[in-house]
Amino acid sequence: MFKKILSIALAIAMIASLCVVFASCDDEKKAPSKEDFKLGVILLHDEFSTYDLNFMNGINAAKEALGLTDAQVIFKKNIPESNACYEAACDLVDEGCNIIFADSFGHEDYMIKAAREFPDVEFCHATGTKAHTEGLENFHNAFAAIYQGRYLAGVAAGMKLNEMINAGDISAAEAKMGYVGAFTYAEVISGYTSFYLGAKSVCPSVTMDVQFTGSWYDETAEKTTALALIKGGCVLISQHADSMGAPTACEENGIPNVSYNGSTLEDCPETFIVSSRIDWSPYIQYIVNQVLEGEDIAVDWTGTIETGSVVLTDINTAVAAAGTVDKIAEVKEALKTGKLNVFDTATEGFITVKNGSALTTYKADVDTDAAFTPDTEVVKDGYFHESEYRSAPYFDVRIDGITLLNEDYGD
Amino acid sequence: MKNNKDRQETGVSAANAKERPVREPLFHVVKRAQLPLWKSIGIRIVAIVAALLLCGIMCFFLLDINPLTFYKTMIEGSFGTERRLWKLFKDIAVLLCISLAVTPAFKMRFWNIGAEGQVLVGCLATVACMRSLGGILPEPLLIVVMLVAALLAGAIWGLIPAVFKAKWGTNETLFTLMMNYVATYLVAYFLIKWTPNGSSTLGRLEHGHLPKLLDNEYLLTIIVVALLTVAMFIYLKYTKQGYEISVVGESQKTAGYIGINVKTVIIRTMIISGALCGLAGLLIVGALDHSVTTESAGGQGFTAIMVSWLAKFDPFTMVLTAFLIVFLQQGADRISSIFNISNAFPSIITGIILFFIIGCEFFINYKVVFTRREGKK
Repeated sequence: MFKKILSIALAIAMIASLCVVFASCDDEKKAPSKEDFKLGVILLHDEFSTYDLNFMNGINAAKEALGLTDAQVIFKKNIPESNACYEAACDLVDEGCNIIFADSFGHEDYMIKAAREFPDVEFCHATGTKAHTEGLENFHNAFAAIYQGRYLAGVAAGMKLNEMINAGDISAAEAKMGYVGAFTYAEVISGYTSFYLGAKSVCPSVTMDVQFTGSWYDETAEKTTALALIKGGCVLISQHADSMGAPTACEENGIPNVSYNGSTLEDCPETFIVSSRIDWSPYIQYIVNQVLEGEDIAVDWTGTIETGSVVLTDINTAVAAAGTVDKIAEVKEALKTGKLNVFDTATEGFITVKNGSALTTYKADVDTDAAFTPDTEVVKDGYFHESEYRSAPYFDVRIDGITLLNEDYGD
Repeated sequence: MKNNKDRQETGVSAANAKERPVREPLFHVVKRAQLPLWKSIGIRIVAIVAALLLCGIMCFFLLDINPLTFYKTMIEGSFGTERRLWKLFKDIAVLLCISLAVTPAFKMRFWNIGAEGQVLVGCLATVACMRSLGGILPEPLLIVVMLVAALLAGAIWGLIPAVFKAKWGTNETLFTLMMNYVATYLVAYFLIKWTPNGSSTLGRLEHGHLPKLLDNEYLLTIIVVALLTVAMFIYLKYTKQGYEISVVGESQKTAGYIGINVKTVIIRTMIISGALCGLAGLLIVGALDHSVTTESAGGQGFTAIMVSWLAKFDPFTMVLTAFLIVFLQQGADRISSIFNISNAFPSIITGIILFFIIGCEFFINYKVVFTRREGKK
């Protein structure tokens, strides 16, 4: 009986405190002085995911560069793609954050919900697609032309294949790469295609098998998928999924690996060649500076090699083919000056679709709508204009030379 | 209560039987008589204080954080701002809803660990209605359809293992566990089907949002669960069906002997249990997320089991245990965020506190008797 009374008393106390809580809510606009500035960060997972770790590294680098204190950057980790993201964003607003940044695709709608509620706070979202059509002044998307980084990493992979061919380990026809993908989503397709094209630019006979895990983070699935690809005759593996599954499988089997999101050299010294990654530090510095100066943040921002957003890690010369460092520097320069386009549709036979036809026209779904309608012509001037009409990738063409083993995520 | 005493007596006689062999253990454990309430509450308080002290020592020596700051941060996680307080009540409500749902089954000794899946199919059914009928049906009607679909989906997910248990005596623990995976992959399947661009991210849906009361998106959930708590209390305590559940839970043979149809009770109870999980799914999707992912239930289906057990299946006590768990989780998140450490340490803290709380039940139910003192007894 006592327990019941206690429960009831507590329930009443809670309701009473709720009533108190209805008290006024003040709407003061924060002065963007550097000392008062705060950045809130919403992460899908934590440092154990290579994807989120890459964001944390970028943000911490920006913090250093800007001279912000630890207390001025608040991380909220393990925030799922649900209303919890909105709640986390609101909580960060209460903490006095001037900018709130979220890192996962599925956070977008909940960030927009929060952005509508707090017009005085800037909301920046990586990988999202809706800012340019949403019409909100305080909601922004950002991504990087990472396909350029993938292409560079692909060049390193192609040179490794050439080395194997020249050493007589494999024939030119056996130069098959494997790719562990997460979903058949444009970000992944754009990534593996540019990686493949980079390899093809130096090793014309290369082919590639892609197998999907149907998850962004599933260490076991990524590892078994990599093993299946190795068994299927792939002599080099790369991946677009967020765990250490694929690199570990490569290290255990002595198969060269081109990584993503950051160096795996420490865990995979025998097989790691190079990794491409987006360095988020330039973007974070950009948005913080804009806010401190009272300037607007771009609705949709695409980082490039030029901005320092698209980077490669140090090349592991113990595994990479001789001359890789110089070759990559050369290709990087060509990409920078625009002399070279990754999705080059003009060069005959470089990108073909449906067994040999040239890619002359393609409508991409740039403006997100419920029906996923393709709306923008993106092949012109001899190349596919990736990440130009919005920052998030929209290249989702299936090209020749790449075999998708399980487009339905089956085994 | 009566049964408790029976068991206590058998416990004592078993202990007596053990005295006969020559080799005597240094001590043995004896079931206690019913402790007075103040004593049992006292033991629990001591346990919590001891747990907090240990945590304080750990964070001082391992992380070099002042224990007082640590506790302050922890409390701020739930009570720091008006919004967090609302979130606290909302999170308690959702967890409590699932806990109430699993309670009748557990009281019946049907080990339903499938709440996670039952909630998830509730979410999925709700989203399916929002997606296919949103904009076609008027909103109030759509919400009614969502409600029916969610209850039905959860009920079916509960019914399947119950039927197998009742008819063929299958192991319900494994069965309900497997049904969780089926539910998760069912959601994954539909997400792939519904997003031809390959992102598997549905995004927030426009239609079928449950109404906000007093312009607060949590209030409806809180009120619904508050009513449900009272209803479940009455159902378990004062109805014939509630009585049948406890009889079946104590002994299926007794239940059969006094004319209770055990199969019917198992099936009926699991339908109720599943349907209430479905209701939780409706609240999660309709009032909060407006979308579904494979993580929509977020492990709460399992946490709910702990809430229900800690409260000894009493709906009102469950308010307290749900509060405790949500409070610890929010505090842990806050600590991780403020001290910028990984979630592992706060999880250890939560684990220690729960360990002490569960562990102290041992001292409430049993006492340790040293062999030397046996003569006295």
